[in-house]
Amino acid sequence: MAETAVRMEAGERTTTRPGFLSRIFLHNLPAKIAALPMVLTVLVVFVGCTIWTIYYSFTNSKLLPTGKFVGFDQYERLFATSRWNVSVWNLVAYGSMSLVFTLVIGFILAVLIDQKIRFESAFRTIMLYPFALSFIVTGLVWQWIMNPTLGLQGTLRNLGWENFTFDWIANPRMVLFALLIAGLWHGTGFCMVLMLAGLRGVDEEVWKAARVDGIPTWRTYVSIVLPMMRGVLITAIVIIGSGIVRLYDLVVALTNGGPGISSEVPAKYVFNYMFSGGNIGQGLAGATMMLLTVLIIMIPWAYLEFGGKGRRA
Amino acid sequence: MQHSVSIRDLSLNFGNVKVLEHLNLDIAQGEFIVLLGPSGCGKSTLLNCIAGLLDVSDGQIFISGKNVTWEEPKDRGIGMVFQSYALYPQMTVEKNLSFGLRVAGMPKAEIDQRVQRAAEILQIQPLLQRKPANLSGGQRQRVAIGRALVRDVDVFLFDEPLSNLDAKLRSDLRVEIKRLHQRLKNTMIYVTHDQIEALTLADRIAIMKNGVIQQLADPHTIYNKPTNLYVAGFIGSPSMNFITGTLDGANFTANDGTVIPVGAYQFVSSAPTGSTKAVLGVRPEHIFIGDEAQGMPYKATAEIEIVEPMGSETLAWTKVAGIPVTFRCSSDIPLAAGDTVTVGFDIARGSLFDAGTENRL
Amino acid sequence: MSQTATMTGQPAVAQDTSGPRGPRPKPFFTPKKVILYTVLVFFSLYYLFPLYVMVVTSLKTMPEVRFGNIFALPTAPNFDAWVKAWTSACTGLNCNGLAPGFWNSVKITIPSTIVSIFIAAVNGYALVNWRFKGSEIFFSILIFGSFIPYQVMLYPLVMITREMGIFGTLQAVIIIHTVFGMPILTLLFRNYFASLPQELFKAARVDGAGFWRIFFEIMLPMSLPIFVVAIILQVTGIWNDFLFGVVFAGTQNYPMTVQLNNIVNSAQGTPEYNVNMAATVLTGLVPLTVYFVSGKWFVRGVAAGAVKG
Repeated sequence: MAETAVRMEAGERTTTRPGFLSRIFLHNLPAKIAALPMVLTVLVVFVGCTIWTIYYSFTNSKLLPTGKFVGFDQYERLFATSRWNVSVWNLVAYGSMSLVFTLVIGFILAVLIDQKIRFESAFRTIMLYPFALSFIVTGLVWQWIMNPTLGLQGTLRNLGWENFTFDWIANPRMVLFALLIAGLWHGTGFCMVLMLAGLRGVDEEVWKAARVDGIPTWRTYVSIVLPMMRGVLITAIVIIGSGIVRLYDLVVALTNGGPGISSEVPAKYVFNYMFSGGNIGQGLAGATMMLLTVLIIMIPWAYLEFGGKGRRA
Repeated sequence: MQHSVSIRDLSLNFGNVKVLEHLNLDIAQGEFIVLLGPSGCGKSTLLNCIAGLLDVSDGQIFISGKNVTWEEPKDRGIGMVFQSYALYPQMTVEKNLSFGLRVAGMPKAEIDQRVQRAAEILQIQPLLQRKPANLSGGQRQRVAIGRALVRDVDVFLFDEPLSNLDAKLRSDLRVEIKRLHQRLKNTMIYVTHDQIEALTLADRIAIMKNGVIQQLADPHTIYNKPTNLYVAGFIGSPSMNFITGTLDGANFTANDGTVIPVGAYQFVSSAPTGSTKAVLGVRPEHIFIGDEAQGMPYKATAEIEIVEPMGSETLAWTKVAGIPVTFRCSSDIPLAAGDTVTVGFDIARGSLFDAGTENRL
Repeated sequence: MSQTATMTGQPAVAQDTSGPRGPRPKPFFTPKKVILYTVLVFFSLYYLFPLYVMVVTSLKTMPEVRFGNIFALPTAPNFDAWVKAWTSACTGLNCNGLAPGFWNSVKITIPSTIVSIFIAAVNGYALVNWRFKGSEIFFSILIFGSFIPYQVMLYPLVMITREMGIFGTLQAVIIIHTVFGMPILTLLFRNYFASLPQELFKAARVDGAGFWRIFFEIMLPMSLPIFVVAIILQVTGIWNDFLFGVVFAGTQNYPMTVQLNNIVNSAQGTPEYNVNMAATVLTGLVPLTVYFVSGKWFVRGVAAGAVKG
């Protein structure tokens, strides 16, 4: 009895195992082949590389990632380095200003465009074109405009406005604002497009109802329309926020971190340590901190958006 | 007598497109007017003009005797209910009702009193602290009506308020709106494309087509004495039977040669002299079969092609001398496709139209 | 129609027919309008000024740049600076101008765009119509992965490409662009395919068509709009890339953005601002052309990118 039972069990196993395997690999095979690049990207790049980076950030790797485990040493060194601390502070200062101004300007422009104006598409085209250009181009143009001797400052001084000062890229205290002007030039049009899509998505009858109710236009925007655009706002914040954390090309082109280290940012710090500083461990620790920052932005958003119910289709 | 709403010579163009043209309409105090027509006939446009949400191209609008042509919607003494409810989604029901009053700076006690009254009339007291997302469609539409109610206005405007609801809720809310009208006795202007809503609710119906009011009359007149072919065909389901032919003195001769005497017909003015191309219209329920048909002034033999039992009644699609004719009869009468029955009708209940002008004769 | 006038039901009571009539008067100038257009024009100047300066400076001679002002139009517009930027501007010791960078960017952008879009399109199609166990989980990680800063994955990717023997070649850059373009493109295609009627797919399956046949014969012909959006997105995105080009392409394959930055920021001697600006204009020309030609499509691409986050 017992023997037959065992044999039956064994028999079942031998028949189910190939079935099980074929279900994993063969069923729907073309789809799995088609999705292979995605699976590899996710497993190797997004998961694998990230874990690798986190792991090696705890080693003393110098020129090659072969170092031995040193705990939090790299992080202690990181936060003892003034260049890193300046970078982080810059990112926080630039980031918060950039986020607020991008959203406010983007929203205001969208509202203005939404007033049934003439030449709407011309205005929209003008506002969005910087977004089509690279950060390198953006940075270099503004570098030239802000050139203290030959740019805007020099020109206006030659025209007789002797004390006009616009030397922000050469002034450590103002250089972040120089970055901000260029960054806003590049990104506000995009935010405007997002906001405009949000505004146009508001049911027209809500506007009519508000008019019948006698609610002034500005009040309708603030009390009714803006709360209705919550989804667009959150999306905009997440996109702008993750763009800020990545901030790199613009700094390289506009100031290259200068004057001195006054416009360094974490992405640049990480890059330099990895590829020219010969201290991979430092670079990886910095990268891990960047990841942590993004997670701090992302997790509340993911929680709000998907509320633990998993991703909606 | 003072009209509640008067529209004088109203025109509206969008660019070169004429949506409304020299339209006149007077609505009495406390009257329930329904603007009925297919989409694109200008009925919603007209309502938006009355509300002040659209700028008119020409003409005047008076509400309660006051020329409001240039007034903002809030100053016109109107409340409006929309198809999509248009509730403010981030506010509770109570805030939705009171928002306009608060913005206008009304004292809080007065606001509370009005909100309570509206909530009581519409029986939405238990919902006051909820947000619109947590309400059913019917509840949302009540809140939307409440928002018009708290404004304490003379004229209520409804823009297809029931179109987003399912059939059952629609008929419930229809009764509800009628009850509301009987209680408040406000003037109500109601836009719909649903003829049942129009016939059940209206004191008078204005049937519109291409921006022109085709007929303005009480539901009974609209149904029984349509002023032209368009109105006759638009109202009633299934549609009126139309038979083309020639009117000659006291006889209507159908195209196939059947002669129907029209002596008992009441002409709008007088019977046209000479021979006129005409269309005879008969409603399906005005055609009788069996014994009832025997008593009718005109009788014919019909061959039944399709029978549609509807429960309370039966529809039959037939051919009378080659002309398709639909009739409606009690579901107790046994009918089957292929049967031949005698049908009859009274010309006094029919309608005659001039085939050229399409107007009622 | 004259009949309507008689259709008013009740006789018109004599009513005051004077007073407002017709449309509300709309003065051409209202304070609101003046403010509105002032603000819009002010911002437009902010956006246009750099483009103007860029072009104007590039058409001047160096003495004019040095002694004139930044607003002034060139007295004798000439393309000398453009020619120099294209053929002989120096990056360090190399004086071949931007032209090699341009061709490198072309060599990177075209295959990267094609490969990344093809893979993402097939992937999006599989995700919508041929779901398999775990496909949604992978997709979710893919989307969330797109928020990971590139710096986090950069070094391991350098090692992987080095192991594969392709570090510092065009293949490496193409693979990297395909990988990092995948989240947004897959989302784009997935959402698009999901919006197509499912009956179509089911009907094709009933007819016995398989994975690839349905993709090529049913889905692709209906997907032109989304391909246009994807191409715009990728061409501008890859053309404008700096980071991946500088890391993975290798010196001889540096794309235009990298070359441009080197010309301007690591040049020896006195900077030639007119040449710098000519080089900048030249680098911006491709995405700007795409932008102005594509018009609404670019906006659609941007908005689609927004869904991604």
